[in-house]
Amino acid sequence: MKDGANIDILVNGARREVNAAPGRRLSDVLRNDLGLTGTKVGCDAGDCGACSVLLDGEVVCACLTPVAHVGARAVETVEALGEPGPDALQRAFLRHGAAQCGICTPGMLMAATALIRRTQTSSRSEVEEALAGVLCRCTGYTKIVDAVMDVAADKAGPSPKRGAAIGVSVERLDGLPKVDGTELYGADEGPRDALWVRAIRSPHARASFAFGDLENWASDREVIVFKASDIEGQNSFSVIRAYADQPALAEKEVRMRGEAVALVAGEQDVMSDLDLADFPISWEVLNALTTVAEACKEDAPRVLEDRPDNLLIAGHVKRGDPLDALAGSAHVVERTMDTGYVEHAYIEPEAGLAWMDGDVLNIRACTQAPVMDRDETALILGLEAQQVRIRPAATGGGFGSKLDVSLQPLIGLVTLKTGRAARMVYTRRESMMSTTKRHPSQMSARIGTDAEGRLTGMWFDGDFNTGAYSSWGPTVAVRVPVHASGPYAVPHYRAKARAVHTNGPVSGAFRGFGVPQAAILQETLFDELAEAAGLDRLAFRRKNALMDGQASVCGQVLQGVGIGECLDALSPVWDAGLEAVAQHNATHRDVKRGLGVASCWYGCGNTALPNPSTVRIGVTSDGTIVLHQGAMDIGQGANTVIAQIAADAFGIPVHQLTLVDGDTDITPDCGKTSASRQTVVTGKAAMLSGQALRAQVLAMTNMGSEAELTFEGTQIVVRDGDHCARIALESLPEGAHGYVLQAEESYDPPTSALDENGQGTPYAVYGYGAQMAEVEVDMKLGTVRVIRIIAAHDLGRVINPLLAEGQIEGGIAQGLGLALMEEYIPGRTENLHDYLIPTIGDMPEIKSILIEKPDPEGPYGAKGLGEHVLIPTAPAILNAIRHASGAQITKLPARPDRVLAAIKEAGNDHER
Amino acid sequence: MGIYHRPCNLKDALAILSTGKVTLAAGCTDLLPATERQALAGSVLDIMAIQDLQGVTKTSQGWRIGAAATWRDVVRADLPPAFDMLKAAARQVGSLQIQNVATVAGNLCNASPAADGVPPLLALDSKIELASSGSTRFVPLAEFVTGVRKTAMRPDEMVVAVHIPAGSGEGISAFRKLGARKYLVISIAMVAARLVVRDGVIQSAAIAVGACSPVAQRMGALEAALVGRTLAGCDAAVQPAHITGVLTPISDVRGSETYRLDAAQEQIRRVLRDLAGGVS
Repeated sequence: MKDGANIDILVNGARREVNAAPGRRLSDVLRNDLGLTGTKVGCDAGDCGACSVLLDGEVVCACLTPVAHVGARAVETVEALGEPGPDALQRAFLRHGAAQCGICTPGMLMAATALIRRTQTSSRSEVEEALAGVLCRCTGYTKIVDAVMDVAADKAGPSPKRGAAIGVSVERLDGLPKVDGTELYGADEGPRDALWVRAIRSPHARASFAFGDLENWASDREVIVFKASDIEGQNSFSVIRAYADQPALAEKEVRMRGEAVALVAGEQDVMSDLDLADFPISWEVLNALTTVAEACKEDAPRVLEDRPDNLLIAGHVKRGDPLDALAGSAHVVERTMDTGYVEHAYIEPEAGLAWMDGDVLNIRACTQAPVMDRDETALILGLEAQQVRIRPAATGGGFGSKLDVSLQPLIGLVTLKTGRAARMVYTRRESMMSTTKRHPSQMSARIGTDAEGRLTGMWFDGDFNTGAYSSWGPTVAVRVPVHASGPYAVPHYRAKARAVHTNGPVSGAFRGFGVPQAAILQETLFDELAEAAGLDRLAFRRKNALMDGQASVCGQVLQGVGIGECLDALSPVWDAGLEAVAQHNATHRDVKRGLGVASCWYGCGNTALPNPSTVRIGVTSDGTIVLHQGAMDIGQGANTVIAQIAADAFGIPVHQLTLVDGDTDITPDCGKTSASRQTVVTGKAAMLSGQALRAQVLAMTNMGSEAELTFEGTQIVVRDGDHCARIALESLPEGAHGYVLQAEESYDPPTSALDENGQGTPYAVYGYGAQMAEVEVDMKLGTVRVIRIIAAHDLGRVINPLLAEGQIEGGIAQGLGLALMEEYIPGRTENLHDYLIPTIGDMPEIKSILIEKPDPEGPYGAKGLGEHVLIPTAPAILNAIRHASGAQITKLPARPDRVLAAIKEAGNDHER
Repeated sequence: MGIYHRPCNLKDALAILSTGKVTLAAGCTDLLPATERQALAGSVLDIMAIQDLQGVTKTSQGWRIGAAATWRDVVRADLPPAFDMLKAAARQVGSLQIQNVATVAGNLCNASPAADGVPPLLALDSKIELASSGSTRFVPLAEFVTGVRKTAMRPDEMVVAVHIPAGSGEGISAFRKLGARKYLVISIAMVAARLVVRDGVIQSAAIAVGACSPVAQRMGALEAALVGRTLAGCDAAVQPAHITGVLTPISDVRGSETYRLDAAQEQIRRVLRDLAGGVS
């Protein structure tokens, strides 16, 4: 029971009486009692600021405000801003693309509102000060600051005519709910009488366990307990079914901290006060393997019984004779690089709702992969796929981690067993301890050039700590050897990557699948090679950059290779920058500046495996044009980009499309939002579908390919020069999906299997990029400030420049975090104040250069971008640190203490 | 389940405190993060409505920071330059969201080694006013915080105010906090310094370092070495001997022990240079 009191508070101008314990968080009262779910909760600790609201105009975290503290003060939430329509600030957010996933947006808007009520003419740094208490993981903050500074402009975004959407910075089509607080994430809705579910998780990295008297414990508390024996399907899953090894609930032994062993479900008021500390379970702690080195010892225990040597998989690419090539090289460099666990740190912890609709289990939760969720949940719960329907909630960031199921089988189990709706919202700690991470890596490489500085050969070994279960470990092990050369012509090559099990957190997908780690080693070694060969570091890269018609390390002859163009675009700023840096350093002793550059390439889609997308476009008898857009938009913008492609292919204005989401019952499978594949793969399916529908309309009216389509009420008017024809939609018969006109097209990128040496065609489309970083290193404190990053990315064809820039800025923020501050340590950094991600004040000035070298395969020439943008950032920063200070960093993150130690090791801690 | 007390006067609060176990609650920016529940558990004594505990005020003996005064109150208070270091610290506590509600007194009671308020308040020779229903006592801050998450406050006591003696209002002051990111950051090392300077010569010095020992420390030997030196170039007086033995940093995810010792010294030099630069 809650010891509630009637409390009168003034919320958004209205007096509201709530019956709440005075010590309850205002965030909880707003969301649960008043239904104001626009206020988001990311951490319940004041670390993320997503729950920011105004109290008498001052910004506070609602999660840290006991409702009793409100007193007579006026509470304002995001819901108050846009009554009746979006206010100037919300419109500025839309116009600038300041909301990506949207989960931090209400908090940002409230913090910005407190500022702009005082002044609308703030400097950039004043805006940063005002918004500093809110974390964003998607945008890199740049566009948010832009929006706040542009609040007075009060314009609307572009509204392109038919066939002209591609290349235009259309405001995101799903943007309005993100800025007005109406977007519904996994934690934002559910029936009052739903059961609330919490998990019992292991505090140990490896332990066996036994339950005590569950029955009495549960009945005393009026709750129900579920354990592994309640699971009727296959209690073993993985994103790649052949490697299924992870239980939804552990059976006898846990293999990682945070692994769930039981679920407790009950009424909301019972569950919110329930103390799980006395849950009847006893643990026997077993020796845990924490590092790859321990896991690879001959006498190491097996993490999983059927994985000898704790080896999940090894990937391998070999071309030519690298050892001979290196032996005959004029210059050879060699080094190691270690990176740690990195947490995705999306601001939305996993949340969702399950309910029965007839005999179909419905699940509405955050996700990057609805169809995979459906199939895995069905498998675990012993259901047929069609007995599970995934209806994706808005997803507050994913970056790879929300590809794997988290709570779906857990709430699904409770609903299936009880017949009742079940809700679950992970705590921040639970989210961090139980979900996947970026693979820690220990890598070594040797790279050589000839006397002229042309690459001769490369030898790469990487061990990736894949943690207790497989997740995307196989993908990392396969992707890394294919990409470890970087976008360069390396005639003789051998790369091997191993995914090794430990009792650490599961390593899975995180923006780049291991490629960012490999690029850190390769690109930092390239700086040493350039020096050895006596070449400018940018010129060295340009000289060795892959060109059209050249073969990759997999022997794939490439076309549409834009790396040379990207490097060329950096050339003028690089030369001028080098000069400016030299001048600065000549007159400064304690603070040195430096420049660094690094490249990326990244294959879009699955590696040498099918990954089709299917897009359906339908026209209803009343003239509504419906796009079934199954590519999950987790903030990156697929809802807008795919629509722009579909609209142009069909030949209608993009704003005439009505979007239907990736509900697995009504929208064809567009695969997972990962591997930078959606613009390329789903985009191409959208293009084909739009073209097919157009062809139908033109055939029906016997018009030429240049004809213009206009929707006028229930008629399509088709004009071609002087000819005009009409299609009366109401007179057409409705098809199976309720459309009178419909096209549905699939696209699967053409790849081929790799042979025993990794030779073949792993991807149909690659994207390229290069970034230049300028940093300032404090020579006495080892702190690093990234001043600016110039990012040149080849997108083949830019579908939406605004969203592309948003991807670049956000990727750079994550790359900066990887380079300088992010290190996940189980049991130690399971919150957002010990696990540091970049704040608004840590971001450099970013200039994006969008390059269009069309890809022969991509839709309208387009290439992927989502992961590319993160890859060059960290190595560019590390190269700049070394250029500034001489510090050679070999272990990430480059924390101040590590940088200072490296400066001392280089002998540069005294005046140079 | 407990009772939520929110008295308006101190006498009532002390009476509640004397009756047994209650959790003292002020801004709640440490209490609520410590639980994953949606409400404070157990019986709570919320001191934020108590009139006597509000605000930052000038008194006949100096200044008084009431136990319910927030960091924002400090930032907005009219205070002499000796308090600049405290105001600088106030602006770097968490975020605006935290500064608007978190109290100075709560920061001291939480007794984190990295508490932003402790070094400047040490350098202001602060005293803590503790009251129970039977008595009131004043404890120097240096004796109030006794260890990591430990204070000299008895279970029947609460902080009423932080007092800064008039004499400590003299001089100029500066504060530096070092962290691995710009905002929302917990210190790796921080330094607060206050110097009383006459005719360019340092008359007295108060320097405190935080996050480099279980409890922030005054740098007595360094303070003594600074007295009588000219302000310009006084940072040259900082020697490793001044900090060894006084600072006992740990190695953790934020930085190594060696690094913290280096950084603390460098931060002290920079704070002294800040002060020298501010005068010249």
